[in-house]
Amino acid sequence: MSLNRVLVPVKRVVDYAVKIRVAGGKVDTNVKHSMNPFDEIAMEEAVRLKEKKLAKEVIALTVGPSKSNETLRTALAMGADRGVHIEVPEGSEVLPLQVAKLIKAVAEKEKPELLLLGKQAIDDDSSQTGQMLAGLLGWSQATFASKIEVAGDKLTVTREVDGGLETIASKLPAVVTTDLRLNEPRYATLPNIMKAKKKKVEKLTPKDLGVDVTPTIETVKVIEPPKRAGGIKVESVDELLSKLKNEARVL
Amino acid sequence: MFSRSLLSVRSRAAVANQLGLRSFTASRNASTLVLVEHKNDAVASSTLNAITAATKIGGSVTALVAGSAPDAVAKSVASLQGVNKVLVAKHDAYAHALPETLAPLIVAATKAGSFTHVVAPHSPFGKNVLPRAAALLDVNQVSDVIGVEGEDTFVRPIYAGNAVATVKSKEPIKVITVRTTAFPAATSGGSASTESAPSADTASPTEWIKEEIAKSDRPELGGAKIVIGGGRGMKNGENFKLLYDLADKLGAAVGASRAAVDAGFVSNDLQIGQTGKIIAPELYIAVGISGAIQHLAGMKDSKCIVAINKDGDAPIFQVADYGLVDDLFKAIPDITSKVDKI
Repeated sequence: MSLNRVLVPVKRVVDYAVKIRVAGGKVDTNVKHSMNPFDEIAMEEAVRLKEKKLAKEVIALTVGPSKSNETLRTALAMGADRGVHIEVPEGSEVLPLQVAKLIKAVAEKEKPELLLLGKQAIDDDSSQTGQMLAGLLGWSQATFASKIEVAGDKLTVTREVDGGLETIASKLPAVVTTDLRLNEPRYATLPNIMKAKKKKVEKLTPKDLGVDVTPTIETVKVIEPPKRAGGIKVESVDELLSKLKNEARVL
Repeated sequence: MFSRSLLSVRSRAAVANQLGLRSFTASRNASTLVLVEHKNDAVASSTLNAITAATKIGGSVTALVAGSAPDAVAKSVASLQGVNKVLVAKHDAYAHALPETLAPLIVAATKAGSFTHVVAPHSPFGKNVLPRAAALLDVNQVSDVIGVEGEDTFVRPIYAGNAVATVKSKEPIKVITVRTTAFPAATSGGSASTESAPSADTASPTEWIKEEIAKSDRPELGGAKIVIGGGRGMKNGENFKLLYDLADKLGAAVGASRAAVDAGFVSNDLQIGQTGKIIAPELYIAVGISGAIQHLAGMKDSKCIVAINKDGDAPIFQVADYGLVDDLFKAIPDITSKVDKI
């Protein structure tokens, strides 16, 4: 039996290589953005399931401002069949519980057997959405996955836990969140990027889905982390050991 | 998706005033439930830090111990300072800490005890379980808290620790996970009472199969006083023996950068960084690690940082207290042979 539908939520975030800056009490986001790296891994896994004929259709979903459309197009160029864009105004904040409720509303309509998400977004570093979604749906959850096997109506997942690995079996439908080691995401090729432009993207709003996205957690302020005092370079191993023993007193 | 617009409409004075008003006024009306992480009859060290964070909220602290044989753990938790009560849930369904069974239990305990706060460590265990419980309680969670400024105001790092946000939760129940390295461990000397936890649905669509936990005589990465991290510069897995030899002499733990893990030099659970372990030892020695943003996120709160790298321009030197520009294959054996002599 193959999965009829896999739903993959993706997030547009500040590119992982950008050194962000805090200015005027907020993070300067006028920088390069790209797809959250963990979501690329989730998308790659979904496309691989399809290539192995274990899944029939892959749907990419995003919640974000109009610019998130680019992220959705990247997902389509990687191999998703169609997209859903839940559009919110530029600069507005949608917290993980509300994102989970939005995804749930789409899931109830599309009826996927598998929801694949990244384990965390590298901007808010929350690591909540997948778990919340599984809770709201009452589905099995397999977080921090480094290996996924689909067989019949079961999913066997190897998870990265403290000290090693753990294997669990989930009854489908299930929610899986991806860890770094799950796979190596592909690059979208130019022909696929061109093809992705023709793929269908459904536009929705939180209102269409009946979800109130008013934030229940307010960001009071954002500051730069304390800077470390400048260090010194030592000339030799002897000098290093002497400094660690006599100056830093850590040995 | 953290909003930056909220701040722009407020004046700085209003923000400062608000912060001043609620600075460290620990509440007497708060009551906090702490989810206990444990394994093999022992309380995980992460829970000790979580309990300290819970005491900073003010009010009473209740610990929830769930397991197939939780009695020994419950006894240790009851003897921790700061814990007022221990709730014990004994059922085979709690044997492997599946979120599908733990989340309903947390919800039942929270409702029965009218808790205002629910706290867990931001460990793989807490990260897995708590958001599911938060969703069942219909509240947003505040993850990876490094500071408690009041009963509804918390400080947390965002963007791999390159910014620090102060957030105020308007949720009726504040669900938080805490960064363990940001709070000292609770010590023994308490004597809490023990009660049975309320019962909850134990059906689970998930079945636990097995685990492969790496065995090591060295201290646990998260709690070690000295940590030696190896990066791509180690060239292969065999060369990590150089670091193990030094670690054994120093009683240190060994960790790695993502590059070293991805290259297969060491196992994944040794990764230090934004998406791996967050550490803050007394001494961190970065060997052959360039110092990418994601790695710095996991170790830059270490008290003293040493970098050993042959590339003098590597970004790691910008955060290192002491830097040695040298070939690690010469420097590390040299340190190992000399470290006893000083």
